[in-house]
Amino acid sequence: MSSQNPPSPPSHQLSRFAVSPARRRKDRIARGFVLACTVLALIPLLLIVYYLLRKGLSSWSLNFFTTDPTGNTFFKSSSIGGIKSAILGTIEIVALASLIAVPIGVAIAVWLVEYGKNSWFANLVRFFVDVLTGVPSILFGLFIYIVLIIGTGSTYAGYKGSLALSLLMLPVVIRSAEVILQLVPGALRESALALGAPRWRVIFSIVLPTALPGMVTGVLLAIARAAGETAPLLFTAAATKQTTFNLGQFMNSLPVQIYNDVTSPTTAVVNRAWGAALTLVVMILLLNLIARLISRRSRLA
Amino acid sequence: MEAASIPGGDGATLARSPLARLPDRLLKYGLTVLAALILALIVFFFFELVGEARPAFEKEGVFGFVFGQPWDVAAEHFGGLPLLLGTLITSVLALLIGVPVAVATAIYSTELRAPLTMLVELLAAVPSVVYGLWGIFFLAPHLQPAEQWVADRLSFIPFIGGGSVTIPNYFVTGLVLAIMILPIVSAISREVMATVPSDQKEAALGLGATRWEMIRTAVLPYCRSGIVGGAMLGLGRAIGETIAVTILIGDSPTIGHHLFGQGYSLAAVIANEFGEAQGLHRSALFAAGLVLFVLTLLVNGVARGFVLRASRPNRPQRNTGGPTAGADDLLAGASAGA
Repeated sequence: MSSQNPPSPPSHQLSRFAVSPARRRKDRIARGFVLACTVLALIPLLLIVYYLLRKGLSSWSLNFFTTDPTGNTFFKSSSIGGIKSAILGTIEIVALASLIAVPIGVAIAVWLVEYGKNSWFANLVRFFVDVLTGVPSILFGLFIYIVLIIGTGSTYAGYKGSLALSLLMLPVVIRSAEVILQLVPGALRESALALGAPRWRVIFSIVLPTALPGMVTGVLLAIARAAGETAPLLFTAAATKQTTFNLGQFMNSLPVQIYNDVTSPTTAVVNRAWGAALTLVVMILLLNLIARLISRRSRLA
Repeated sequence: MEAASIPGGDGATLARSPLARLPDRLLKYGLTVLAALILALIVFFFFELVGEARPAFEKEGVFGFVFGQPWDVAAEHFGGLPLLLGTLITSVLALLIGVPVAVATAIYSTELRAPLTMLVELLAAVPSVVYGLWGIFFLAPHLQPAEQWVADRLSFIPFIGGGSVTIPNYFVTGLVLAIMILPIVSAISREVMATVPSDQKEAALGLGATRWEMIRTAVLPYCRSGIVGGAMLGLGRAIGETIAVTILIGDSPTIGHHLFGQGYSLAAVIANEFGEAQGLHRSALFAAGLVLFVLTLLVNGVARGFVLRASRPNRPQRNTGGPTAGADDLLAGASAGA
């Protein structure tokens, strides 16, 4: 960017160019205010990290990760169990959600970049994707509830939670993949076409492989966002205590487990919520970290 | 595009056979149909939501539902005003607290430079439910004495002062929402500030402006609509935020009598009551969801308008060249980071 310091003259020789004391004071006050606000913005982060570590680490133990939570909240603390079903549930639900959202999202992004371009229809699709970005997450839960629970007369299931999360991930995947696909040099496409490759081969063997590392970043950020969501899961996957690998059944997840534990009057259960919260934040931070590392290595993003 | 004619050559000999063109056609139409499905999905959702909400709207009337009182589940009377007010009070509070701080961090990192501010982005990685947990067990109890002090001192101002401060209340909710919208508002402000042409900044400095005068006269006016757009996107987030609000607002179905009292919000009522809701009650919750949907659509639509205008390239004296960050990239980056 531009210059270094305000043009404050170093000595009295230049005093006729000097900034008046009042203006200098104002400058200093404004800078101080900006600095104070920045520090203020960092305080909550430090406090959250500090409390998460202090409360969360004390409830971490091997048992905590290898046992299912129990309903015995009125007995001694050792009987409340851990968060095994919640961790596994989150992984299963988010994995299925990614399996749904990533291919569809990338496909729509490919269509926008390769076929839709700037046609009115493509812009309409972009507009609707933006609408989808702004929809509060709990409404995705309601939507799945209307379609898959009222609509079919059945009850909660893990895969319904995955569908709700995939709706939430879709706009993030589409927009990030679109940005990356647009960065693929047109010359690459044209050379392949000039060599006689059909359009579909250009897309599958030139465009997508070139864009892949950049797209992984967007996908990981979308996964990180979905993993922390509680609201879409409340009325789709519900909550249960047991570990299950059947996505057709009720399924526990970390955010829902934390939400249910927060309202408990028992200290031990609240401590379990802190331990689960620390686990969730660590998982999400790891995803973010990997995403940043990959995006740094990618040639495109 | 495939069958581009070659000068001097015969296009027909180079053209692919219909069979060889089949995969191309399939891919193109398949993808188009997929893109159209996104549109269909949202329209379908809207009509389904209206359909489910209809019984509640029929009983209370649309106006009666949105602006009526009270929200009484036992009496099957559903007036959404306490919910709407709770949503608006907490979101506006979040803006009032969050936006100045977010803009200040953006100024600090673009104009005065500090890598430390990237840490603000980390706030976006904390899930909503963790904010709720932290807010209710740490922030709210620690703030309560200070809030009580303020409420006592300002008791002459209606709605702010007087009365006893409860641990879950509007103010704490707004404060936590402010922290939650910080990263997005700050990120968008920063991206918009990065588009200010450096000639203009240098010109201001060259005329003898101090750093602050340069920011005030060259940077902020240029970025105004972008910052407003970022703030509106933050508002959209705050309005739709569910779990943290459910934990922090107190879930009391009446309008809190002051800023430090308990209330309810549109999103919180769904999260809290939907599990046990039956019949008309469930329909009323869908109606609350519809109001929330429309509200966020309006706010996000206005926000997009502002951000798009801020990053349109045809702005005065924009001759620095190079690819400019389009609003779409800004929005995509912001939503991906959140």
